[in-house]
Amino acid sequence: MSALTAVPANILAAGTNNGAFVTPSISYAAIAPILIVLAAACVGVLFEAVLPRGQRFYAQVALTLAALLAAFIDVIAIRGHSVVTASRAIAIDGTSLFLQGTILVLGALAVLLLAERGVEPGSAIVAQAAVVVGSPADRRLASSDRVQTEIFPLALFAVGGMLIFPAANNLLLMFVALEVLSLPLYLMAGLSRRRRLLSQEAAIKYFLLGAFASAFFLYGVALLYGYADSANLSDILRAQNTSTQSDTLLYLGFGLLIVGLLFKAGIAPFHSWTPDVYQGSPTPVTAFMASCTKIAAFGAILRVLYVGFSVSSWNWRPIIWTVAIASIAVGAVVGLTQTDVKRILAYSSIAHAGFILMAVLAQNAQGQMDVSGLSSSLFYLAAYGLTTIAAFGMVTLVRDGNGEATHLSQWSGLARRSPLFAVTFTFLLLAFAGIPLTSGFTGKFVVFRAAYHSAAPLVVIALIGSAIAAFFYLRIVVMMFFAEPAEDGPSVVIPSALSSIAITVGTGATLVLGVFPQPLLDLADHAAKLRG
Amino acid sequence: MHNVSLLLLLAIPLLGSLVIFALPTGRDLLAKQVALVFSIATFAFAIVLGFLFKVSDNRADRFQFQGSWTWIRSFGVHFAFGVDGIALVLIGMSTLLVPVVVLASWNSFDSVADAEEIAAENAPKRSAKTYFALLLLLEVFMVGVFAATDVFLFYVFFEAMLVPMYFIIGSFGGPRRQYAAVKFFLYSLLGGLLMLAAVIGVYVSAGTASFAFTDLVGHVPNGATQKWLFLGFFIAFAIKAPLVPFHTWLPDAGAEAPAGGAALLVGVLDKVGTFGFLRYCLPLFPEASRYFAKPILILSVIGILYAAFLAMGQRDMKRLVAYTSIAHFGFIGIGIFAFTTQGGTGAVLYMVNHGLSTGLLFIVIGLLVARGKSRLISDYGGTARITPRLGGVFLLAGLSALALPGMSTFISEFLTLLGTFTRHKGIAIVATAGIILAALYVLLLYQRTMQGPVLEKVKGFRDLNARELFAVGPLIALILVLGVYPKPVIDIINPAVKFTMQDVGKTDPQPVSAAQPGGHK
Repeated sequence: MSALTAVPANILAAGTNNGAFVTPSISYAAIAPILIVLAAACVGVLFEAVLPRGQRFYAQVALTLAALLAAFIDVIAIRGHSVVTASRAIAIDGTSLFLQGTILVLGALAVLLLAERGVEPGSAIVAQAAVVVGSPADRRLASSDRVQTEIFPLALFAVGGMLIFPAANNLLLMFVALEVLSLPLYLMAGLSRRRRLLSQEAAIKYFLLGAFASAFFLYGVALLYGYADSANLSDILRAQNTSTQSDTLLYLGFGLLIVGLLFKAGIAPFHSWTPDVYQGSPTPVTAFMASCTKIAAFGAILRVLYVGFSVSSWNWRPIIWTVAIASIAVGAVVGLTQTDVKRILAYSSIAHAGFILMAVLAQNAQGQMDVSGLSSSLFYLAAYGLTTIAAFGMVTLVRDGNGEATHLSQWSGLARRSPLFAVTFTFLLLAFAGIPLTSGFTGKFVVFRAAYHSAAPLVVIALIGSAIAAFFYLRIVVMMFFAEPAEDGPSVVIPSALSSIAITVGTGATLVLGVFPQPLLDLADHAAKLRG
Repeated sequence: MHNVSLLLLLAIPLLGSLVIFALPTGRDLLAKQVALVFSIATFAFAIVLGFLFKVSDNRADRFQFQGSWTWIRSFGVHFAFGVDGIALVLIGMSTLLVPVVVLASWNSFDSVADAEEIAAENAPKRSAKTYFALLLLLEVFMVGVFAATDVFLFYVFFEAMLVPMYFIIGSFGGPRRQYAAVKFFLYSLLGGLLMLAAVIGVYVSAGTASFAFTDLVGHVPNGATQKWLFLGFFIAFAIKAPLVPFHTWLPDAGAEAPAGGAALLVGVLDKVGTFGFLRYCLPLFPEASRYFAKPILILSVIGILYAAFLAMGQRDMKRLVAYTSIAHFGFIGIGIFAFTTQGGTGAVLYMVNHGLSTGLLFIVIGLLVARGKSRLISDYGGTARITPRLGGVFLLAGLSALALPGMSTFISEFLTLLGTFTRHKGIAIVATAGIILAALYVLLLYQRTMQGPVLEKVKGFRDLNARELFAVGPLIALILVLGVYPKPVIDIINPAVKFTMQDVGKTDPQPVSAAQPGGHK
């Protein structure tokens, strides 16, 4: 790496070359939402140590919701901010604020699902994860209604990472954010109260594959650093016109970096963890992952592509083309063979990830990346996240003696017993399928419109993909409405206010964004600004 | 432009649907009454609009009762309504069919099923309330799809229409209803999504930042783009219509849907396809329409003959009617793509008449099936002798389906063939063979079910009661009246078809044969 020293101005960390360490100036106002969430997470850890067991649950839920709410209010308060701060490592601009706001709202809804104790006495989370599965202690635990509360600080840490992830302007910080958001998720995936082995398997799988992806990401960062002599996205962009380094570094670096990001977003061919993890994790955690993690990961992809690689000197578009097609195809086709509702939703999320990815291919007449791609992805992400939370929230309600009944055959005739449930879930499925008057349609429309100019064939492929995917959504509808109910089939549990709120908000937003999408479209348009 | 009359027309059935959904379960009779009142009110209002409609050749009067409100500003989407003559008569036909269907299916889904059905295994307990609420909801979308003058809004209604129909088939249909419902939904959805791609394409390539139909006409650039976009719309409509080879869903859906649902499915929903050809394909893509006209004409003729032969081979009455409809859509297809005013007017009139006659046929068969509990032709024989009124209505519906002179269908078939003949003689001649085949399959059906020795099980059949007669009465009257005096309807249709032909850039060929009348060639 002797070549590095030859480069005169090292622009990674301002001032280090002079020997004296200069404290970077930090705009605390701009990163306050992140700080609130992370601070609350630390307080939550203290709660675990200090508070008696009986009070912990309520204290943790209140703290978590309050922190998310406070952070959300702060995000609204600093709307319109556009700064790059902390040694240019964090960019707080329209896009990151929009995504942060969305993640906070969805995070709060997911926390409501996590805190639900009405459908299962001790919530969906195992009370003591360390107890060996199948041991006498485990059996005792299963029948008790002890609650596990560490999940709330874990969720807050994950949200904190997710807030940083799409705002990170420096790839090293992005990596740190990636780990901060991932590590709690690996744990949370393994905490299911029922079917614990499946859950633990999911956690291990997620952890191992996630660790691989992180390694890819880090290797990519290293190569890009070698190429641009900086891990800063705008510097990497500049370097693509000026650098004298071999382009191999750039291509390889970009490739490895994007693999890491595509993995987190669950895009084929890096999707293989998604179905297993979605199925094995406790369903509220799945809801959290499927909405918040996906949004954060896409936020990072958008920032990397728009800030770091919006160049015309070389063309990374074929890569995105390929993975978008692969994702739509895998999601739609493999989803057809699934028989578990959670797995169906997982494959649906893979297909949706492909749709969202199409937006970044939007180009204007001059062949530059078009801002419409950015704003349409923002809208799609928010709309999809809300629908997803509601859908997984509803999955938690269908239960029999063994906990959640997620096998498709168990859902037969559900409409007879619980018409309201069936109608609501059908509505959400129609939104996934992109039927008009749902947010899913509006989202698809904006994305396809953005991508149409530069990727019309892809739009057609995507539409055919949605038609195929509609089949497995319909299978669920057919099961619920047209099949005869089984004798000892599951029933729909009436949840407490917490889940009800989460489901109502998600469903209501799905309807409103389908019928009156204009305010959010405006917001996404205003927010579609990135600072490098 | 804030005329609210069409909005009102949509609001009446919507309100009715919501009221029925809100009724407590078990109040089935009340639900039926509410459905009947609201559907008749809708029809009455449509008739009022029909009288207020100004027949005029002035292009400014092409769309009337126009009302437009901004819906989604970023897309340039408006909540825009307006009707031309074509849309108006189709709305009239649809709103008439709904109360007829309500009356005809009055007792179809009563929770207290007769003893036979209770004895039968897993007799599904169906809620009549839901059925009637879905019917009215479907009516909202049907009126909306014809009345929309914004392409985006049209698409929204076009897709939304699927949902109530899907549940009508899937929840209230025959033994293979699940399969039929899913097939129907997927076919339509695939077509709809291709159309969505084309809608976006039209919007982007026209560059008008508006989805209003009048803003888009003439702005889609010629060339390859237009051809692709045309195909996107065309396939969606061809699936809907359905045109051979996109037709395979219809026999299943038509056979499995409950009689009333089938009447609306084939009578109205399928018209949306042919309506789409006229309203959207031709004006938006004139060059591509002319380019593809020949193959479409040939497909239509193939459809006429092919479906007629298949119809003859059917053992299931409802499947048979579904196939006859496919044959009839072939006629509508050639009428539209011949690009003559006569052909176009004939096609629109055909849509109306076909809605009436096939609606009638499905309803009559529904009444017959309700008595015999079987859709198979072989399960009936000599029925007309036991139930003369049912037999008479059946015969009338059949004759109207085969376009006997004196029936309204004759006029439309004649106009269609005439309009086609002036430009494509060969096509018209081959299509005429379809008329003979139609006589064959209809009369065979009538003969096998209604005449011949009386089967044992048929002897217990009850003849049509007053309610049932009252349900089919308006349709029969209209078929006969329009058969003798179609002028008012043709007057309404004609200007709209002329505008469409102007949009597509075709003028009627001079009738050279008229100069040498009575030629014995």
